[in-house]
Amino acid sequence: MSPPDGNAEGLVGKPVARPNVRRLIHGQGRYTDDISVPHMLHVAFVRSPYGHARINGIDSSMAEGMPGVVRIVTGADVAAICKPMIAVAEHRPGHKSAPQNMLAVDKACYQGEPVAAVVATSRAEAEDAVDMVMVDWEDLPAVMDIMEALDPSSTPIHPELVDNLCFQHSTDTGDAAAALAAAAFTVEHEFEFGRHTAVTLEGRAILADWDPVEERLTVHQSHQSPYQMQDVYARHLDIPEHKVQVITPDIGGGFGLKINVHGEEVAVAAISKMLGKPVKYTADRLESFLADCQTRDHLGSAKMGVDSDGRITSMDFDNTLSVGPYTAYIRFGLAEGMMAITCAAAPYALTDYHARTRVAYVNKGIVGMFRGVGVPIGCAVTEVLVDQAAAKAEIDPVDFRRLNYHKEEDYPLTSVGGYAAKHMSLQQCLDACVDLMDYKSLRAEQAKARDNNVYRGVAVATFVEAAAFGPVYYGPSGARVSTQDGCTVKLEPSGVVRCLTSVTDQGQGTLTGIAQIVGDQLGIGMDRIDIIAGDSATTPYGGGAWASRGMAMGGEAALQAGKALKANILDLAASILQTSADTLTLGGGEIRDASTGEARMDLEELAKVGYFRQDTLPAGVQPELMVTRHHVPNTPYYVANGVQGAHVEVDIETGFIKLLGWWATDDCGRVVNPLMVDEQIRGGIIQGIGNTLYEHSQYDENGQLMNASLADYLLPMAGEMPDIRIAHVETPIGATELGANGIGEAGTIGAIAALWCAVNDALRPLGAQVTKQPFTPEHILDVIGKARG
Amino acid sequence: MTEETTEISLTVNGEAVTHTVPVRRHLVDFLRIDLNLTGSHLACEHGVCGACTVRVNGAVARGCLMLAVQADGADVVTIEGLSRSGEVADLQMEFETRNAAQCGFCTPGMVLTSAELLAAGGVPSREVIRDHLSGNLCRCTGYQAIVDAVEATAKSRAGTGDSP
Repeated sequence: MSPPDGNAEGLVGKPVARPNVRRLIHGQGRYTDDISVPHMLHVAFVRSPYGHARINGIDSSMAEGMPGVVRIVTGADVAAICKPMIAVAEHRPGHKSAPQNMLAVDKACYQGEPVAAVVATSRAEAEDAVDMVMVDWEDLPAVMDIMEALDPSSTPIHPELVDNLCFQHSTDTGDAAAALAAAAFTVEHEFEFGRHTAVTLEGRAILADWDPVEERLTVHQSHQSPYQMQDVYARHLDIPEHKVQVITPDIGGGFGLKINVHGEEVAVAAISKMLGKPVKYTADRLESFLADCQTRDHLGSAKMGVDSDGRITSMDFDNTLSVGPYTAYIRFGLAEGMMAITCAAAPYALTDYHARTRVAYVNKGIVGMFRGVGVPIGCAVTEVLVDQAAAKAEIDPVDFRRLNYHKEEDYPLTSVGGYAAKHMSLQQCLDACVDLMDYKSLRAEQAKARDNNVYRGVAVATFVEAAAFGPVYYGPSGARVSTQDGCTVKLEPSGVVRCLTSVTDQGQGTLTGIAQIVGDQLGIGMDRIDIIAGDSATTPYGGGAWASRGMAMGGEAALQAGKALKANILDLAASILQTSADTLTLGGGEIRDASTGEARMDLEELAKVGYFRQDTLPAGVQPELMVTRHHVPNTPYYVANGVQGAHVEVDIETGFIKLLGWWATDDCGRVVNPLMVDEQIRGGIIQGIGNTLYEHSQYDENGQLMNASLADYLLPMAGEMPDIRIAHVETPIGATELGANGIGEAGTIGAIAALWCAVNDALRPLGAQVTKQPFTPEHILDVIGKARG
Repeated sequence: MTEETTEISLTVNGEAVTHTVPVRRHLVDFLRIDLNLTGSHLACEHGVCGACTVRVNGAVARGCLMLAVQADGADVVTIEGLSRSGEVADLQMEFETRNAAQCGFCTPGMVLTSAELLAAGGVPSREVIRDHLSGNLCRCTGYQAIVDAVEATAKSRAGTGDSP
C-alpha cells in the first residue's frame, strides 16, 4: 500500500498516516507505568472484599514491619488532607449524591472500594503487606437489584439520602398516552442492558511527585484530560493551581473511562504530598474490573404507536438504571439515562412522546463515562421497536424507515425527546448503506437459507451521535468541565511550526488531523509541523478528549489559529518585501505572490528576520509569530448521524451467533482524515459488538463480582469479528469553518442497535425476540424455548 | 523475611545479561524493571491478552506466564530487539500506513505474534491470520487493519502483493 505523501500540501481529506504511531509500533511508546524517577515508591491498595460493609477498625501493625514498607495510609489519613468528592448536578433538581472519600473511611459501598494504601519500595512488597493489613469488617446487607433499590422499603445505602433514588426525570411532548390509545396498532418490548466495563488494555496509572521545597505537584497520569486533573488536584489537595502540572503521556486506551476521577488516583497524589516522595500506582486487571468506573446497567420498557398508513405517531419509554453507590465525579452518572431518553426516537417524525428515567443507587461499582453514554440505549430501544412495527405493518424495514424519517424541509428541528438537530442526513446514509450491503441480495439469501432451516438476520439501524458538548449542558451543572478547546501555533526560527493543542489523543489520530489542518492553512507538509499535547502547564487550557470533540472543536481551534498565524506571517512578509499583505500567500513553505505563485521568500528567512533581524524592519513593526485561538460551540452539541447494516446467523440449536457481514455509512461532517475516521468507526463497532454479545460484569446478590478476570469476562477477539465496509456521507456542519463533526462514538452506538435488530430479524420467524444484553447462547435458547412454549 | 533471589544469565536482544532477580519475578517484570525494556506490556498477567508477548528461544511466549528464572540460559527477543534487527520492518511499515495501531498498547505483542506467522512463509488466508491473532487482545482497532497489514506483508514477501 503506498501511503499518500504527508509532506505534500492539501492534506485535509487525505488518509495521512500518524507521525506519532511509529514509536508505538517499534516498542518505544512511553506509557505512565514506563516512567520511573529516582526515590520512587509504589502503592498497593487494601480493598473491600464486601459489597457493603462497615469498617470498625484497621490494624496495620503487622504490615508496618514488613520488608520494603514505608507507610500504611488509611482513608482517614487521606481525608485529613484531601476534600471528598461531591458530584451533585446543580442543574438537575432532585439529584442527590453522598460525599465520597478518596479512600473509604467508615464504610465501603462496593466490592473493591479502596480503604487503605500500602506504600513500599516495590509494588510486590506493597502487595505482600496489603495482605497483612487487618480490617475489622462488619458485613452489611447489599442492595443489588435496581427495582428493589427503588422500592421505598429498601434500606438506603446512605441513610442521609433517605432512599436509594438518585435522580428521576420525565419528558413529555404532545400526549403519548392518548396517541398510543388512538394508534392503529402498537408494539412493545422489554429491555435489559447488562452492566459492563471499559477494559482499556493499559490499566489506570499515575505517578505523582510532590516537591516539598517548591511545594509543587507534578503528575504523570493515564488520563484523557490533564486540565481537569490539574483542577481536581489543586482544589482537593489545597495547592495553588499554578503549582500543579499534569502530563498525560502515551495512553493505552481511554474510551471515556479515563475522563472519570477515580478516588485512589487522587489518593496517590495525596500520599506523595504526605511523604514528599514520588509515588506510582498502576491498576492491575483485577483492580480494573473491580474499581474502574463501569457502564450501562439499564432496564427499559418501551411502546410505539403506528397509524394505518404505517407512520409512527407515538412512543413511551420507561428507563431505569443503576449507578453504583455514588454518582461519578465530576460529571455525574445521570447522562446515561438522560441521553437514552433524549436521543430515543430522534431520527423519526413522531409527535407524541413520554419518557422517564430513574436512577438507583446499588452496591456495585460506580458508573462513569463510557463511549456512547446512554445514546446506544436510546438508539437500540427505538430501532428494535421500529423493526417490530415494520413487521407488523408488513412493510420492509428499510422502506418503513424512509417513510418515518424526518423530511428535509423539517430542519432545523427538535426531536420529541429534545434532541436539537440543525440537519441530519438520514435518507442519504440509509440509501448508501443499503447499496453498500447489497440489501436486496441479502434478503434473497436469507429467504433461501430459511428454506434450509438456517436462521439468518439482516438489519439496518439508524443512529445519532451527540458530539462535542458545549457549555449549555455543563455550564449550569456546577461541574468544572471545560467545553472549549484551544490551539497555539508558533513559527520556529527554522521555519517549522510547533503546534500546542488542548486536545489529547489516545490513538484516535486527532493530533494528526490537527497537523493536517494547520499545514493546509500555512502551506506546509507534515514534516514541518510538530505537535505538543497532554501537558496542563504548557498547552492552551481546554477539555482534552471526551464526547467526540477532538476534530469538531480542537480542529476548528487549530484552523483558526493557523489562519491567524498566516495573516501575521503575511503582514511581516509585506513589511519585508515592501508590498501589501493581500498580494501575498503561502505555499510549499514559501511566501508567494498571490497572483503568479512566484516564490518571494521562504519561511525560514522570514523567521530569521522576525526573530533575529528586527533591525531591518520599518519602525513600529512588531513581528507576532505565535498565535492562540480557542473554539467553544454555542449549541448544546453537534449532531452526527449514520446507518449500520448487520448480517448474522443464529444457530437455533446452540444459541451461538455468527457475524456474517457488517457495513456502516456515517456522516461526521467534513472528513479530515479518512484513514483515522474509518478506524474510529471500525474500532467502535467491534466494541459495540462486544458489549452486545459478550461483555457483562456479573455480580451476585451479595455484591461479589463473579468474573473479574480476562479469562472469565469475554471480549471480541480477531477470530470472531467480521470485516467492516464503510462509506461516508459528508455534510460539513455549518457551525464551524472546518465543518468536521464527531466520530469517536458513532461505531459503538450504531453497532449495538444493529445487532439487536439483526438477531431479532433472524428469530422473528420463530416468534422469538431477544430482551437481554449480552446475547448469551443461554438467552438465545431461552427466548426460542419460550416462543415455542 | 527478605526476598529470595537468584542469579540468572541469558541473552536479551543479542546481548549477554547477568542479573540477580527475585525468584518470584516474572519475565516481563524482569525486562521492564531490571532491564528498562518497557516495550513489552502487562495488561492481564493471566496469559489471556498477549500484550506481554516476547520471543523465547525462537518461539513466541507469554512473558507474564514465565518466571525470569525460567529464562536462565535462554535467548530472549523483545519488540525493541526485533525492531532493531529489521526483521519485521516491512510489517511495521504496513502497520503504520494502514493505522493498524491506535493506542499501541497491544501492538508490540501483535507484531511479535504476526512475525511468527509470517516466518512460516506463504500467504495465509484472512481466516488463518485472524485465528493466529486470536490470542492477542486489541481494544481499539477492531482487528481489520491488523489483518490487512499482515496479509499485505505476506503477499509482498511472496511477491504477489500490490507493487508499493
